[in-house]
Amino acid sequence: MRRLTLGLTAALLASAAHANDSLQAIQQDPKQFGSQLGNYTGNRYSELDQITKDNVGDLQVAWTFSTGVLRGHEGAPLVIGDVMYVHTPFPNIVYALDLNNDGKILWKYTPEQNADVIGVMCCDTVYRGLAFADNTIFLHQADTTLVALDATTGDVKWSVVNGDPAKGETNTATVIPIKDKVLVGISGGEYGVRGHVTAYNIADGTQAWRAYSTGPDEEMLVDPENTMVLGKPIGANSSIDSWEGDQWQIGGGTTWGWFTYDPELDLVYYGTGNPSTWNPSQRPGDNKWSMTIMARDPDDGMAKWFYQKTPHDEWDFDGVNENVLIDREIDGTMRKLLVNFDRNGFAYTMDRETGELLVAEKYDPAVNWATEVNMDPESDQYGRPQVVAEYSTEQNGEDVNSTGICPAALGTKDQQPSAYSPKTQLNYVPTNHVCMDYEPFRVSYSAGQPYVGATLSMYPAPDSHGGMGNFIAWDAVTGEIKWSLPEQFSVWSGALATAGDVVFYGTLEGYLKAVDATTGEELYKFKTPSGIIGNVMTYEHGGKQYVAVLSGTGGWAGIGLAAGLTNANDGLGAVGGYAALSDYTALGGSLTVFAIPD
Amino acid sequence: MTKPRMALAAALIALWAGGAAAQQKDMAVDSNDGIRSFNAEGTPVPEIAEDGTVDWPTFSGYRRYHAECHVCHGPDGEGSTYAPALKTSALHMDYYDFQGVVASGRQKVGASENSVMPAFGTNPNVMCYLDDIYTYLLARGTDEVPRGRPAKRAEKSDAFTEAETACMGG
Repeated sequence: MRRLTLGLTAALLASAAHANDSLQAIQQDPKQFGSQLGNYTGNRYSELDQITKDNVGDLQVAWTFSTGVLRGHEGAPLVIGDVMYVHTPFPNIVYALDLNNDGKILWKYTPEQNADVIGVMCCDTVYRGLAFADNTIFLHQADTTLVALDATTGDVKWSVVNGDPAKGETNTATVIPIKDKVLVGISGGEYGVRGHVTAYNIADGTQAWRAYSTGPDEEMLVDPENTMVLGKPIGANSSIDSWEGDQWQIGGGTTWGWFTYDPELDLVYYGTGNPSTWNPSQRPGDNKWSMTIMARDPDDGMAKWFYQKTPHDEWDFDGVNENVLIDREIDGTMRKLLVNFDRNGFAYTMDRETGELLVAEKYDPAVNWATEVNMDPESDQYGRPQVVAEYSTEQNGEDVNSTGICPAALGTKDQQPSAYSPKTQLNYVPTNHVCMDYEPFRVSYSAGQPYVGATLSMYPAPDSHGGMGNFIAWDAVTGEIKWSLPEQFSVWSGALATAGDVVFYGTLEGYLKAVDATTGEELYKFKTPSGIIGNVMTYEHGGKQYVAVLSGTGGWAGIGLAAGLTNANDGLGAVGGYAALSDYTALGGSLTVFAIPD
Repeated sequence: MTKPRMALAAALIALWAGGAAAQQKDMAVDSNDGIRSFNAEGTPVPEIAEDGTVDWPTFSGYRRYHAECHVCHGPDGEGSTYAPALKTSALHMDYYDFQGVVASGRQKVGASENSVMPAFGTNPNVMCYLDDIYTYLLARGTDEVPRGRPAKRAEKSDAFTEAETACMGG
């Protein structure tokens, strides 16, 4: 009876108010950690301040938990009340752990999935974590089945299938509950999947709307007159006019990244991925709206504004990274901003209400494929990256090896989410410091099969510190790096900033590191059982602050870096000069939870 | 005179690299059908000239491997955190078994393993270049071709182009 009343109340609240009240209440309580990005703004910032830059050096392991799964562990656990929810990569097990009882397993849910899906996941069987709203845990499985689990019992409330793995459609991303709906994306850009975002009703799992990334206006939920692109109406047929023939149908623009949401503006933000194939000569045009930041109304999906970061991609600079919503003063006026650290190496600061482009600067000095993003509203190049001919795989053509392109296809940053501290007004960004050679060639499409069309080799950024990553602090208003910490491997772990003036991140060797939020000085490190590609989170229980992270090496980083990266251009001189991840860490999913001893 | 010397070198390299199983791979070039080279058993082998120039099919195998295979099996056939190093598999697996696994796939799924090799039998980007990929991996396994992009390659023959066009469907 109690549950029924609660359910009714939640339903009433959800329909009456903005955001999702149950989720917002948790987001406003720093003791809990209710979303993968910490909250709707995506800032991965916690108000908890028991652990400070002065005492973080005393941090110790409080408890650990083995997930029982070996492959790459991305994402983070959630803490709702006295329960921690832990997810795994395929087979996507969910554990509910009782924090009042030393992490005893309250319930465990193991989905039944056809193992064929493993073979069509491009870059390991990663899963970036659960979502919560209305006493429901949302599990989005690898095979695209979205399951609503009762958070108390683990019972299935409903499930719905979002895509078809036989066509290469899979899922790796988390979902976002907004009001009475939950929004989900799809993976498979390397299989020619046509990307879309779909909203399902939280109450029963029925579909509310679907917005494609490419194709006719009505299928993209675009209004030719009222959807804006850099201050101008988008116009009719903006997508299909930017492709040859019907290539948009297998044109990618998948949506496997993160969602953020502004309850006041009532807009949800996400990015679309690369156009398929990786051979740009095979798909002339701007390939809209791949590589695009999208702002939509979460109720009906209608698009408010778009901005395409990399028109006609030639490098696999998949545009799905998180859009962090921050408020900062520019020229004496508080602005509602959106900050995006794109794979292409540019960090974009935009007005999140209008989609106006304010700042676009390189956040790794190695970035060389474009000189700049044109910032002149009067120019026909406005908002477009100015591509350097030498690094243009389109201009160099098919069957030509373009060399020395920075960043590599991994991007200056991949999915690993950044953090932002309102106290320091700095964004903390885990980055890759890797360059590549890229040779496109002709491929043919067949459903459910890889549709790649380029050979590439990757290597640490030349003439730098020799490592493959940096952890940086970024000022999104000035567009400048405040400090940069060199790392031997790509930093493939999501960051966390806290009111204790500490920033946490993990490394591929397996270290959890804590640094001073102002100076970047390293304050603490501990080597966990395996490489970290998960995201650091924090919560408070029984009056004590904890920091937790999943380790378990893998992901795309585990593909490229396992044996180390070599620069073919270095010839024999480079033999032995590269670092292999397999020399540092091995597989194994485990959760490590830290606290300051009493 | 070139051929026997190469064969000897290849045999020696195989001895160093792989032990007993690798010794069974006959890397000596016995024939060439105008497209690629074969050993005495009639299975494809790479042909690497003394100056390191790789035959076109093996170079093509490098390209196709790094488009279709490396997203799981890692760069240069070196393996990843979850998929085996194919440069070693190629030395230890029978040519026909290799073809079978690529075409039909293979699953090792259980409590400790979640490995799935998809079936590429309907994928022309893989199947039309399967022999190329195979000889590239043999060359990697024996270290006849070092890591990275082969520095020198032979030109594509007309016969190769013809066969490629026919296979890829025009």
